[in-house]
Amino acid sequence: MKREKTKTGEAGRWTRKHLLALQDLSAEEIEFLLNTADSFKEVSTRSVKKVPALRGRVVVNAFFEDSTRTRTSFSLAASRLSADVIDFSERGSSVSKGETLVDTARNIEAMGIDILVVRHPAAGSAEILSRAVSCSVVNAGDGAHEHPTQGLLDLYTIRERFGKVAGLKVAIVGDIANSRVARSNLWGLSKLGAQVILVGPPTLLPKSFEKLGASCVNDFDSIVGEVDVINMLRVQFERIKTSQFPSVREFTKFFGLTHERFARCKKDVFVMHPGPMNRGIEIGSEIADGPNSGILTQVTNGLAVRMAVLFLVTQAQLQGSK
Amino acid sequence: MRNVYDESDVRRTIGKLTDLVAAGFSAASPLNIIGIRTRGEILAARLTESLAARGFGKIGRGVLDITMYRDDLSEIGPRPLVRPTDIHINIDDQPLLLVDDVLFTGRSIRAAMDALSDFGRPGVIRLAVLVDRGARELPIQADFVGLTLTDVPADHRVNVKLQEIDSRDEILVEPRE
Repeated sequence: MKREKTKTGEAGRWTRKHLLALQDLSAEEIEFLLNTADSFKEVSTRSVKKVPALRGRVVVNAFFEDSTRTRTSFSLAASRLSADVIDFSERGSSVSKGETLVDTARNIEAMGIDILVVRHPAAGSAEILSRAVSCSVVNAGDGAHEHPTQGLLDLYTIRERFGKVAGLKVAIVGDIANSRVARSNLWGLSKLGAQVILVGPPTLLPKSFEKLGASCVNDFDSIVGEVDVINMLRVQFERIKTSQFPSVREFTKFFGLTHERFARCKKDVFVMHPGPMNRGIEIGSEIADGPNSGILTQVTNGLAVRMAVLFLVTQAQLQGSK
Repeated sequence: MRNVYDESDVRRTIGKLTDLVAAGFSAASPLNIIGIRTRGEILAARLTESLAARGFGKIGRGVLDITMYRDDLSEIGPRPLVRPTDIHINIDDQPLLLVDDVLFTGRSIRAAMDALSDFGRPGVIRLAVLVDRGARELPIQADFVGLTLTDVPADHRVNVKLQEIDSRDEILVEPRE
């Protein structure tokens, strides 16, 4: 298997100590990161799935919101780089005693950590933390703002499937308004030259997204046959009772990737979902498990992408970047 | 010691290295040749070709990127580019020849041996380098050396240029930027 790096990757550099949002990154930085992830992906194919790159460093997963795959993926990524990993969760911690986020972070940092991976329900929390601490901060999801490593792993998976990102038509479908995955994908895909079509009911798809370069469509069927990639967002049941949201049946009928709708897609359409998925609601079960689905590949690639992120922010920190 | 070794010098040096390696292994037995990115990979490819011409028929090949194994990342800047390692052969029990362009502190070779141990347990590991410039910081020596340079000033680099990526074959001893 011979893989050659792109010119961009060769010339690229990474100088960021934090990874907060894809909005901040240039196309070159994103390409450099994806190329680095390519190299780390190979590590997971070995019988000894571990390299000493971050030996002696400490990564703290501070999750103030539930997560299965992101948290596990970050933990495993850190372990494969030989870092020590500490999981911190809100429940049973001093946060429940009223400590502020910044105080909690500063206290964790005072124990001598190198990277703080943070998920928090408030948009902008990762950035606030990055200004309060001196270790690296990696955003693992801040409210409805961004989920940069999800965006990166989606880009990586698309690039791996098609050999490129530029020129592809990508539909992101569902509750756009409340989705950090949609925002990170939109930024990343646009920067790499893909055409993004956001699809959802008017109540969950503010027209303001058009200012960010996406087209907004309320009729899924009108574009379903012309896109190369369909990224189905999770129906967030915690919001489903609000008036913004149609009924589940209505949502599936108009915005679900049903068998009938899938039949009208391009033959080689690539189906993605950030998980956790609601089978039979936003995505048909046989489609999620079918040959067009990249859902499990996304999870596999997430590991390589997070290894690359942890490695690069640590290097930037060592080089004295801000 | 000269500061420039031109194309014919490099050809002679690689020729000498090939002779030494050919004498050091049996042509009839399996041999795995692993080059260290980037120029070790090219040298390994050239060596493999020459050895094949001399009747070595069971050569396995691979490429090793040692960036993830270095212990001096904070000092080597600019920011390291990690490239894929490409070892899809079984390296257990058989002899393995590690190839690099310049042997200096020995830290790259230590990193390479650490990396190799994650892929298997070769019967024996030998080291071939185009240039040995001395100034070791670890107890590591090469088994096959094309050119030995003594008295390279500490503030100088030995740069090996190879046709495949540098558009010429050349060895330069020049001040560090």
